[in-house]
Amino acid sequence: MDTREKDIEKLKDYKYGFSTDIENIRAPKGLNEDVIKFISNIKKEPKWMLDFRLKAFERFKQLKEPNWQKPKYPKINYQDLYYYSAPKSMQDKPKSLDELDPKLLETYKKLGIPLQEQARLNGIAVDAVFDSVSVATTFKDELTKQGIIFCSMSEAIQKHPDLVKKYLGTVIPTTDHFFATLNSAVFTDGSFVYIPEGIKCPMELSTYFRINASETGQFERTLIIADKGSYVSYLEGCTAPMRDENQLHAANVELIALDDAEIKYSTVQNWYPGDENGKGGIYNFVTKRGLCKGKNSKISWTQVETGSAITWKYPSCILKGDNSIGEFYSIAITNNHQKADTGTKMIHLGKNTKSKIISKGISAGFSDMTYRGLVDINSKAKNSSNYTQCDSLLMGNKCGAHTVPYIKNKNFDSNIAHEATTSKISEEQLHYCQQRGLNPEEAVGLIVNGFCKEVLQQLPMEFAVEAQKLVGISLEGSVG
Amino acid sequence: MTEQIKADFEKIVKTSAFSKKDVELKKKYLNKFLEIGFPSRKLENWKFSDLSQIIKKNIGELSFYNDYSFPNKVDTSIFVEDLEHNKIIFINGRVEKVDFSYEDKDKIEINDDFKFVDEFEINNSLLSLNNAFRNKCYKITVKKDYSLKKPLVVYHTTNNKIKSRNINLKLEFQLEQNSSLRLIDLSNDKAESNFVNIFYNFDLKENAILKNYKIDKEQNKNIRYSYNNIEQDKNSVSETFVLSSGSNFSKNEINCNLKGEYSSTFVNGIFSLNDNQHHEIRTIINHLVENTKSYQLIKSVLGKNSKSSYQGKIFVDSKAQKTDGYQLSKAILLDETSEFNAKPELEIYADDVKCSHGSASGSLDENSIFYLMSRGLSYQQSKELLINGFLLDVIEKITDLEIKNLVKNMIGLKE
Repeated sequence: MDTREKDIEKLKDYKYGFSTDIENIRAPKGLNEDVIKFISNIKKEPKWMLDFRLKAFERFKQLKEPNWQKPKYPKINYQDLYYYSAPKSMQDKPKSLDELDPKLLETYKKLGIPLQEQARLNGIAVDAVFDSVSVATTFKDELTKQGIIFCSMSEAIQKHPDLVKKYLGTVIPTTDHFFATLNSAVFTDGSFVYIPEGIKCPMELSTYFRINASETGQFERTLIIADKGSYVSYLEGCTAPMRDENQLHAANVELIALDDAEIKYSTVQNWYPGDENGKGGIYNFVTKRGLCKGKNSKISWTQVETGSAITWKYPSCILKGDNSIGEFYSIAITNNHQKADTGTKMIHLGKNTKSKIISKGISAGFSDMTYRGLVDINSKAKNSSNYTQCDSLLMGNKCGAHTVPYIKNKNFDSNIAHEATTSKISEEQLHYCQQRGLNPEEAVGLIVNGFCKEVLQQLPMEFAVEAQKLVGISLEGSVG
Repeated sequence: MTEQIKADFEKIVKTSAFSKKDVELKKKYLNKFLEIGFPSRKLENWKFSDLSQIIKKNIGELSFYNDYSFPNKVDTSIFVEDLEHNKIIFINGRVEKVDFSYEDKDKIEINDDFKFVDEFEINNSLLSLNNAFRNKCYKITVKKDYSLKKPLVVYHTTNNKIKSRNINLKLEFQLEQNSSLRLIDLSNDKAESNFVNIFYNFDLKENAILKNYKIDKEQNKNIRYSYNNIEQDKNSVSETFVLSSGSNFSKNEINCNLKGEYSSTFVNGIFSLNDNQHHEIRTIINHLVENTKSYQLIKSVLGKNSKSSYQGKIFVDSKAQKTDGYQLSKAILLDETSEFNAKPELEIYADDVKCSHGSASGSLDENSIFYLMSRGLSYQQSKELLINGFLLDVIEKITDLEIKNLVKNMIGLKE
């Protein structure tokens, strides 16, 4: 058995499907002002933060859940969820990793996340979020030396209120859509990154999200600010235990790039997708939005979406600064009864702005996959250009692949080009690979990896390897 | 608006000779329309053009009553020259003449008493409006193995007797086995500020061929909506060409159901717009069985303050293996005030298919203009040459030679 087969054997069932027995503190069930006050209180937040939350909640009460998306799901009872859950041992925040609950460390070890400092060799600074709270951030000292702030959102609210106050909600305001507003009201933790002027962040920053408790929604908020001339590459990974119920994950991610700054945001999303009959799994309804605020700034999204029962998200770029660049690279794989409705929005406001969208969708089993995207070139965005390519691969005739691009060009100086194809793996390609000694599954893996290559090569090294494996594993059992 | 509609409806019921059953049905449709009203941006299909706003802005108050009891004088000067053809003439929504003098009488059946049936896409509020207020619906059947010798031209004309009126028309065509029909839909308007609401239904049996050319060329200040439903049986072919350039606002919808194996459909369109015009084409091609094919090519040239939209959807059922579907939309924006919107959509449930779409928009290529000017053409000439070449591509797709030349003459394009 070669390593790949061993991997597959090991991962036949969802590898991250275990749950950890840790005592939790929870907010009372349900959603109301008191729960929001409870969250704000337990996190010892200043008043302006509570006001921010309450304002969002006021707005939330008037909003209706959207229903235009392709994957339909049973109505979520928002009163039947816990909005705050934290490991009990975290109540008094540990000062260093040594004080962390060993069970937590164990969990992250199982997940392969280097929390211990000896993992220094990996050279990745990690912020780990367990259920609703950030449990540990590594490499702090080294980053601090350069003036880089990388900490949990709660810590940032306490220690850097000016920065948070200045930028929080400027890209995703409290008056946004249903799930984003819900997040604004009840978000519990997340990561905060600030890269000072002219600094090139020396290592990859990474957050690992884990949902553990049942009947909980996970609502994190991530805010990344790249000041003038800085650069940062940020990774995000997610897993959850196997449970029969559906769990809601509604995070908000805000990116802000000032003049000449660049942010690279990569996601490998591997939430529990439910079993092969479509039972259980995470509803991944995430709002991700980047603002290229300054001129010559750049934001690049890369995502590998293999998990979740339903993925419904559109990482977007608002290209406000002149000469700014937005990029979106995506691989979305759905198998069994998974559903995905994902894509991007590129909103061109500034002059000479450029955007590029490469989306690869693969659907197998009974799954349904939709690419939905918007390219909007405003009348003031002179000399802008967009290139979009979205390809879909179908495996079997029980699944679906859909492409819904919206293209709006209001500027005669600008160019938009859009291409999309849908096809299956050709018999010739399969035959060719098999002739050279690969079994059908390996052949499919190879062809699919080739199909995704354009996106995979955008990922940082460490993630690319993992993602490549994930691509093969997600399609396990879909051939034949 | 509601009061006006209700009053107009009562007036129509009083003056027309509808049977009691028809009146009941019409009432049902009226209520359905009143429930939804004119489509607005809230509906996905009207995302790029809000009809209720457009009517409000361009017409204001619409009136729905039309007196169909008096004949209108047919103005023969509008007839297409140098082309022998059969005619159906609508003036202000009233059928004035049906002339199939070139054809064998027993091979064509014309029925003006076509009864209501349960309609396709019943959620279309404009269809409900059409059903409620329409006067007569003609059904034309082309008998088995018969090909019309001459094309049929349907003239949609208005004279200046009417203003701010809603006109509703409906035609049904049935093409029996091995039959064929060439149809030109020609609009010619003298009236202003009317809302014309046209429904066509085509039923193509085995091996039938339909060539459907819709030409809206003459500048006019009307709002036009036209819905074409095409049902296709085995081996049938339909070709739709849309020249969209005359009306203030125009939306053509083409819904095609490929129900028989080896059936194919072609939709080609040109938008040539200027001065506050806003035109749209929306297509839905449903591939329902194996081995069907569809091809769409839409090109726009957009002048000052004009806007064009293309919403195309290819649907492939899980049974429809070996489908071949293609969409291409291109636009040239000539002015900083012009706007192009597109939504080329694929919805696919079968794996052994070849489906793709492309969309491109931008300004005229300065390098090409430079090339032509360096060879002695003026800026204006170079521009025209490039635009003509761009549009000629679509006109070349017209498979009927006679009509291809007619269209070329109409828009002043020469090879």
